[in-house]
Amino acid sequence: MIADPVALLALLVLVPIAGGLVLAFLGHSRHGPEINVAFSALTLAAAAALAAAVVRGGPVLGLGERFFIDPLNAFLVALTALVGFTTALFSRPYMRIEREHGRMTGPRMRLFHSMYQLFIAMMLVALTTNNLGVLWVAMEAATLTTVLLVSVYRTPASLEAAWKYFILCGVGIAQALFGTLLLYLAADRVIGGGEGALLWTHLDAVKSQLEPNILSLAFVFLLLGYGTKVGLVPVHNWLPDAHAEGPTPISAVLSGLLLNVALYAILRCKVLADGAMASGLPGRAMIGFGILSVVVAALFLRRQRDVKRMFAYSSIEHMGLMTFAFGMGGPIANFAGLLHMTVHSLTKSAIFFAVGHATQRAGSQLMDDIRGLLQGAPTLGWGLLLGSLAILGVPPFGVFTSEFLILTSAMRQLPWATPVLLLALAVAFAAVFARTQAMVLGTPNLPPQRHAPALLPVFVHLALAFMLGLYIPPFLADWYRQAAVLIGG
Amino acid sequence: MHALLEQSINLYAAILLIVSFGMISQRRILSLVHLYTAQGITLVLATLTVGGLTHQPELFVSAGLTLALKVVVIPVGLHRIIDRMNVRWDVEPLLNIPMTMLIGIVLVVFSFNLAMPIARLSTSIARATLGIALACVLLSFMMMIVRAKAIPQVIGFLAMENGLFFAATAATNGMPMIVELGIALDVLVGVLILSVFMFQIREQFDSLDIRHLEQLRDDGRDAG
Repeated sequence: MIADPVALLALLVLVPIAGGLVLAFLGHSRHGPEINVAFSALTLAAAAALAAAVVRGGPVLGLGERFFIDPLNAFLVALTALVGFTTALFSRPYMRIEREHGRMTGPRMRLFHSMYQLFIAMMLVALTTNNLGVLWVAMEAATLTTVLLVSVYRTPASLEAAWKYFILCGVGIAQALFGTLLLYLAADRVIGGGEGALLWTHLDAVKSQLEPNILSLAFVFLLLGYGTKVGLVPVHNWLPDAHAEGPTPISAVLSGLLLNVALYAILRCKVLADGAMASGLPGRAMIGFGILSVVVAALFLRRQRDVKRMFAYSSIEHMGLMTFAFGMGGPIANFAGLLHMTVHSLTKSAIFFAVGHATQRAGSQLMDDIRGLLQGAPTLGWGLLLGSLAILGVPPFGVFTSEFLILTSAMRQLPWATPVLLLALAVAFAAVFARTQAMVLGTPNLPPQRHAPALLPVFVHLALAFMLGLYIPPFLADWYRQAAVLIGG
Repeated sequence: MHALLEQSINLYAAILLIVSFGMISQRRILSLVHLYTAQGITLVLATLTVGGLTHQPELFVSAGLTLALKVVVIPVGLHRIIDRMNVRWDVEPLLNIPMTMLIGIVLVVFSFNLAMPIARLSTSIARATLGIALACVLLSFMMMIVRAKAIPQVIGFLAMENGLFFAATAATNGMPMIVELGIALDVLVGVLILSVFMFQIREQFDSLDIRHLEQLRDDGRDAG
């Protein structure tokens, strides 16, 4: 067991990169899926050891200050590695079935496995880097690794989705680069040029001296840029398409992880912008985007016929809710936002796992074609039903706790927003519940499946979300509290 | 001599802006690639000048990288794609050209106003260029919106990155090397992916018209 946190940090990033390289050669082989799981398990082990080291020894700054772990990213690193691992478990039978259906071929399997590992690696780099420029590079690289995966089925719709994903996220991320540049410009005046001027810890130390005019413009660009990745309305257009047309494991990690990482990037920038100006502009901008996303997504939920599209809109809704919570700021709202990030990611990926198997068995993503899951495939049906209830905020799942905290702090800080949010959540509830009910009840029309579906990840995630609704482990609560103070607001 | 070199950065900025307008008005795809190459050469010269003035050896490396990537590799790649796919002309853009030019002028005025307070605070030698860089970014952004074919959209995307690169060198005297390398890598991989992509689109639709890619709607569509 290695105890040196810096070595663990290096391991955390290097393992998935190595996995990507190995799978570039072996990804199509018979045991490709198992190798993928093995590398993800190693990454998870490194992340768990690192988290334990952080619990014991506090924040880590390593490799010439280039990487660092503090309470804000510690839990996200653990979450990313965990969901990365469970998604690899899920994709093992899922992709095998896809291959038997002829939708995946050998080269496509190789592409999928290799890019999956690199995608996880890039997200981990984005989370752990201390350099805001590298954060940008890693975010863009994370998009690049998934573009070809979205279009992996080569259907006209998937090509369109991938093109939109690339171009819209490319434009968005270009705005973020301009924002980063402006940040560098502001830091240059205080710290002087060189790499130090982009290191977050250095910037954080001098944030009150940064020029407020430059910072406010920089934050607008950064919010728009990374906000595209988060899927905030009105720059969300790529999200439902990419989720619906890509393979389901990719939908699960896009929704469960990538959106979180992008939101994390915004939070890091918000801390700096808040420090530089007293006007509260960053918070207000995030509140605006957040509410707009929740409302618009709730309205669009009703109109969906494709099950993956529907849950993609649900992701927009929940990301909007988190953005809103962080925009309000304050210890409770931030705490709730962080908790919501965790439970949403767990629950939504669980839903995508269940949905993936359900669509595979029904042979269609249209909700009208899926029915009788409870009778035809009971575990799958229960997974989908419980997952949907959890994501809709039914107690005692964790989403209820975080939504309750967000709404109560909204009542105190922004009374006008509470009814709007409640109404939107009710509309979303009605839409998703009605659709899910129709899918799980009724007479089954499902042909039998040759491979046993991987439903363990679904129930592990739901159990974790259930636990977080009732009991938050002390070290996790401690991270949330410290991170909430760090984000301030 | 020093003052002259400093002034020359403004000249390069002006050239970049003119090239951006050229791109908006140009419908021949081959000319777009030429304009993109011209933009790359201007960037190399500007980077060399800033590097010489501020004595930063990293900027020479960055200039070399730009030369290799944006003047040689990407334009050559684009030429090959154009030859193999036999696409010469863009179809009628979604907005006519005089109209886009007028919007372009508004964008330039807007960027100058936006950048003015910041330019006053900047200490770098060519701070006035920040507005021009932002204008180039927005103009390329508009080009991506109004063009209907894949290759002009990609060139718009690349031109946008050029504008950002110019902002990085001229307004801030260059980002840290590790970031520049990362960005260059991302651009290179992005172009590779896009070219793979264009062949996939072509194979699927027998055309590179992006308007084929408008099937995904929020309701009433069968899933693939």
